[in-house]
Amino acid sequence: MDKQYWQSLEDYRETKTKSDFSKKAEPEFSIEGLDESEIKAKSSRRDFLKMLGFSVSAVALVSSCQMPVRKAIPLLNQPEELTPGVANYFASTFFDGTDYCSILVKTRENRPIKIEGNDMSKLTKGGTSSRVQASVLNLYDDARLKGPMKSGNATDWETADKEVIEKLTVLADEGKKVVLLTSTIISPSTTALIEEFTLANPNVEWVMYDAMSMSAIRNANDLNFGRPVIPSYSFDKAKVIVGFNADYLGNWLMPVTFSKQYSSSRKISGKNPKMSRSYQFESLMSLTGSNADYRFGIKPSEEAIVLLNLYNKIAESTGMSVYNAPKSPVDVTDVATDLLKNKGKSLVVSGTNELNIQLIVNAINNALGNYGTTLNISLPVNLKQGNEKAMEALVKDMNAGKVDGILIQNVNPAYDYSNASDFKTGLAKVDTKVSFADTMDETAQLCDYVLPDHNYLESWNDAEPIRGSYSIMQPTIRPIFNTRQFQDTMLKWMGNDGDFSDYMENNWKTMLADSTNFESDWNNIKHDGVYHAKVESDELSNFSAQSLKARTSKNVDIELVPYEKIGMGIGKYSNNPWLQEMPDPITTTTWDNYLAISPAYADDNNLKLEDIVEVNGIEMPVLVQPGQPVGTASVAVGYGRTSAGKAGDGRGFNAFGFKFGESITINKIAGKTYPLAMTQMHHDMEERPIVRETTFDQFKKDPKSGNELHTYDEKHNVTLYNKIKYDGLHWGMSIDLTSCTGCANCVIACQAENNVPVIGKEQVKNRRIMHWMRIDRYYSKDEANPEVFHMPVMCQHCDNAPCENVCPVAATNHSTEGLNQMAYNRCIGTRYCMNNCPYKVRRFNWFEFVNNNNFDYNMNSELGKLVLNPDVTVRQRGVVEKCSMCVQRIQEGKLTAKMQDRELREGDIKMACEQSCPTDAITFGNLLDENSAIKEDQDNPRMYHLLESLHTLPSTSYLTRVRNNES
Amino acid sequence: MYNTRVRGVLIKGNKSLKDVTQDVLRPMDAPMPRWWYVTAFLAISAMIWGVWGFYNTISTGIGTWGLNNNVAWGWAIINFVWWIGIGHAGTAFSIFLLILRQKWRTSINRAAEAMTIFAVMAAGLFPLIHMGRIWDGFFIFPYWNTRGPLWDNFNSPLFWDVVAISTYLTASFLFWYLGMIPDFATIRETTASKIKKKIYGVMSFGWLGNARSWLRFETAALLLGGLAAPLVVSVHSIVSMDFAVSVIPGWHTTIFPPYFVIGAIFSGFGMVLTLMIVLRKLYKFNDYVTDGHLEAIARILTFISLIMGSAYLIELFTAWYSGNEYELFTFLKNRVTGEYTFAYWSMLTCNAIIPQLFWFKKIRKNITMVFIISLFINIGMWFERYVIVVTSLSRDFLPATWATYEPTITEVAVFAGTIGLFVMGVISFFRWIPTIAISEVKSVLKETTTLKSFTDED
Repeated sequence: MDKQYWQSLEDYRETKTKSDFSKKAEPEFSIEGLDESEIKAKSSRRDFLKMLGFSVSAVALVSSCQMPVRKAIPLLNQPEELTPGVANYFASTFFDGTDYCSILVKTRENRPIKIEGNDMSKLTKGGTSSRVQASVLNLYDDARLKGPMKSGNATDWETADKEVIEKLTVLADEGKKVVLLTSTIISPSTTALIEEFTLANPNVEWVMYDAMSMSAIRNANDLNFGRPVIPSYSFDKAKVIVGFNADYLGNWLMPVTFSKQYSSSRKISGKNPKMSRSYQFESLMSLTGSNADYRFGIKPSEEAIVLLNLYNKIAESTGMSVYNAPKSPVDVTDVATDLLKNKGKSLVVSGTNELNIQLIVNAINNALGNYGTTLNISLPVNLKQGNEKAMEALVKDMNAGKVDGILIQNVNPAYDYSNASDFKTGLAKVDTKVSFADTMDETAQLCDYVLPDHNYLESWNDAEPIRGSYSIMQPTIRPIFNTRQFQDTMLKWMGNDGDFSDYMENNWKTMLADSTNFESDWNNIKHDGVYHAKVESDELSNFSAQSLKARTSKNVDIELVPYEKIGMGIGKYSNNPWLQEMPDPITTTTWDNYLAISPAYADDNNLKLEDIVEVNGIEMPVLVQPGQPVGTASVAVGYGRTSAGKAGDGRGFNAFGFKFGESITINKIAGKTYPLAMTQMHHDMEERPIVRETTFDQFKKDPKSGNELHTYDEKHNVTLYNKIKYDGLHWGMSIDLTSCTGCANCVIACQAENNVPVIGKEQVKNRRIMHWMRIDRYYSKDEANPEVFHMPVMCQHCDNAPCENVCPVAATNHSTEGLNQMAYNRCIGTRYCMNNCPYKVRRFNWFEFVNNNNFDYNMNSELGKLVLNPDVTVRQRGVVEKCSMCVQRIQEGKLTAKMQDRELREGDIKMACEQSCPTDAITFGNLLDENSAIKEDQDNPRMYHLLESLHTLPSTSYLTRVRNNES
Repeated sequence: MYNTRVRGVLIKGNKSLKDVTQDVLRPMDAPMPRWWYVTAFLAISAMIWGVWGFYNTISTGIGTWGLNNNVAWGWAIINFVWWIGIGHAGTAFSIFLLILRQKWRTSINRAAEAMTIFAVMAAGLFPLIHMGRIWDGFFIFPYWNTRGPLWDNFNSPLFWDVVAISTYLTASFLFWYLGMIPDFATIRETTASKIKKKIYGVMSFGWLGNARSWLRFETAALLLGGLAAPLVVSVHSIVSMDFAVSVIPGWHTTIFPPYFVIGAIFSGFGMVLTLMIVLRKLYKFNDYVTDGHLEAIARILTFISLIMGSAYLIELFTAWYSGNEYELFTFLKNRVTGEYTFAYWSMLTCNAIIPQLFWFKKIRKNITMVFIISLFINIGMWFERYVIVVTSLSRDFLPATWATYEPTITEVAVFAGTIGLFVMGVISFFRWIPTIAISEVKSVLKETTTLKSFTDED
């Protein structure tokens, strides 16, 4: 090395460290422990070939293991009615003990995948509810019992039958009391069977139980007419409807039927403008209240007072006896005048289960002469036969040790009875406890034997929801598990070896005694699914007036109103993730219940959304609900299940312990919050022309009223580009905002049809809900009693779609039939289209929602995946999806027409959301067809496009919201 | 031509040509100082965290980010635009200052160009990671295929982005590399290490330094410079069209292309300032990057800041003048006032107001103040992108869909990772590449170094 000169000390040190770097020669690898041959060995040609063979086969083996082997076993003999790829529809009936609906079940390759409305029913007329739509998923619920159970262990039917029969025989011999506790049963055949059973076993007492009872109506009618019945209601015949805490569009009695009736009386057109008017007095913001023309918030304790005042006003002018009433908190003069103007064409209903109130309601309806027109006592409704008095007596008896056997069918009182702990202690004292529950629910867990019933889609049954209107339930799939229909079990225990379908047929033989050709009649009934018998309205005894009274309202802090949520009801479907994730039409909350308080109360007590309060020892989150009357709070039942299954357990809290109108104190728990997953956080329309509205009076003067902007926008929408020309087909949709009640049936129908994944509370909270169809809900005016607007929004299929021209890979594009379509395979997930969609209807697969344990819902279960529609792709993580305007249905309709060698006709194709809409708010069709209903809607002066000023040229249009009020 | 009395001294210290070579190359031979290792450690840690962010995003899904159905773009796009903006400095420096005959650029352009390369590389990661199906990302290239053939959507600004950014990266890299060839040859000639000699020999493409080489070199530099100049304008114009082409209020504005280009140059110069202050401090390059250099950048920033301020005002005016209620809402109720007030006013203060402090000579001369203000510009420009992306998306047309957006730890990790990549790139550049363009400095040495008159400031 050259001699180093250095100038500074730093320089010197620098060079020093450099030179200090000493290189030591080290062997490249250690050869210790290897013998010489190994070090020197070269691999021979044989070795090479061996290695090659091994590595190639190893690679092949490893890589082939990546793909899971899926076996598809073809049918050895193809069933006659089954064509792979072609759907079969079976008419059937949905009845779960509370709700009734006539349905069509769509099956593909012998498995039910979708529920549709049965338009041959004169009651539901092709409508369904969200619960009905979601019920198909219950068939594929992992929580279902796979076979009979004895004390929590699996057993077989022979053993179970033998043992139960033995025990029942002993009890019968000893004359000990056995109770058959069922839900309301509306099946004439099952009723006959149970009656036969109780006749054969006189020690058996039959008790029907409803978690939310309506016995007061029956009792009131017993007093007034001598008949303990619920009358059938005709909302369509009423010009003025006054509801008191009766959510007849959401939960009350027959919401699907009532929605159909209600909306049919409010379909308006320019030619024949007629519209009923609805008043709603309620103690919470209900779906019905949100749609009412006039809504009044009252406390539960004020209901009787308001009603009696209303009665007095009517009685004064009809010359009936007037009763003393405290002063009404609401001026009812206008309501009374309106009712009096429409005598015989009005309807007053109350959902409160109090005899006193129902007597006043009956008196008002009687004074108005509504019996025989809008109410019919002689065509009673068979729903809600449960009587809380009988249930109270049963619990008392059980606790007193007077009941030695209990058979529990389709009810879950250990969860939903108002005094569940009493029921449970009583049940513990019963010797023989048999449940027919199809899941290990709270009550079944306490039973010795659980003999699981079929799902309703696996069962034979019939139903008579209203006297003379029948509906048939028939199996659409062979039983998936080793379950047995409750009725078959009954027959077996009675020593009858036949099955229930024969029993039912025999029963129908007697019912159709005058039929000349029973075989064909019976087949027709099964085919149609419904049968409307000619029923004579029998003579009604005179109205026997009862004395009416109303106590002065309580002066308490807060009166509590327990209610059923539109999706969850009484919690029977708690384990149904579709319903859990369905945004509540009013609050848009998913997965939870909460205490809804009035904005005024929230301000006074410094409470806000997601704060936690304690009421009667239960901690619950708070939701500030506009329209919640001051002095009240409401809470949804149906939550807080402990034994529902993985989706339902631990959601919310159980509110069945609360009584209607119960006074409570709300204690804030400082510093604690609980997240609530809502799909909408901003509730004001910001004065934008989103939902365009008018009043009926203005509409009559000018059908364009409220929609003036449409003309302006049409005129000012200028473009340099040519309009797209369509050849023959241009699909379009129209949504009548006046009809739509926001019930969310379409949301679930769309989810079932289009394999929309469930993403769980946390992701909903992150605002990532996957629903292709959402219902926006806006409030306007006063926060104490706002006007509410529901607006279904899905892809608008714009002809000038902002999403289409920004996709870099052309994954979203326009079809020749006007559809904005998504090619999932092409999508790389830049999400530009989502940003550029002004309607924000595009959904991104943020995660893999299929076969992912983090999203342990139906798409993560082999069983749950059977509900998937084989016509619709299941989307991968990272792609954007949205409403396809049920393109698979369009294709199917076109193919059917082609096979039949005819032109496509109006009504051949129905969208999933449209088909089962209980208010017929949605119309779909070919915009180029001059005679179509959709074309008619296009030319309707009420028609407008959402955000039409953006010139997106949507194929979906809206009709203005018309309210029949004065403001 | 260059009058040092008017323009000041560019290279101080009366350097000889040899001094320049030695000064610039000294840090490359010296053992790496401790700060280098500390920075490298931090940068690599950030990169590892970033790799975790990437892994988490790719293996689990974009759901690991804070985005939602309504705000479908977030930090990834904000940071993408921010990095692209920073990536404007190098080329802007070299090209525009070359055209404007600003000789002082010679001491800075190399570092600025290096910054461009690493910033664009960091930016380029975002469109990749931000894709829902990154494994199908190649769909975005218009390649011949058997799928129809299925072509890209040439209407989509995202496709323009792909073209513009890849072109810009390529051109910037070539321009940068070309400038380094004579310097690599210098290293080759001066280094004692045989390995280095070999490596730099290859990297210098056998540069001979003869007249023909210089002639070719300068022609190539001029040509590339000419080609790259429009790219400076085009790349950020096109990035701005990601927003301007949409219908979203606050995005749908014709002012965006110039406004974005100016913003990009602003942020790029800001970052150059930050970086050069650090560089000259660490390597004692005060003679090359003089206070005069920093002041020149500060003056430019003052001017650009005025343009930024007027752009913000014009945006507000247009929103009001359009009479469009959505536009008005976005600007007046969601930015100036409302939920995103903080971000909006941070942007306005950092970009339009704080740089105006440069009007004061005292502040301009105070290196600490200059450094702090340059950081404010970097932050302000980040907020600008945040304001644009988030405020417009979170509250657009239908109030029912309004949603807020907050980044998650994964997004932060990805951003930190790109910062790590950038820093690592920059300090590797400090280490292995001459940070000042030796040949170019030498070319301006004589005329800009000494005062030829009788005044002896030096």
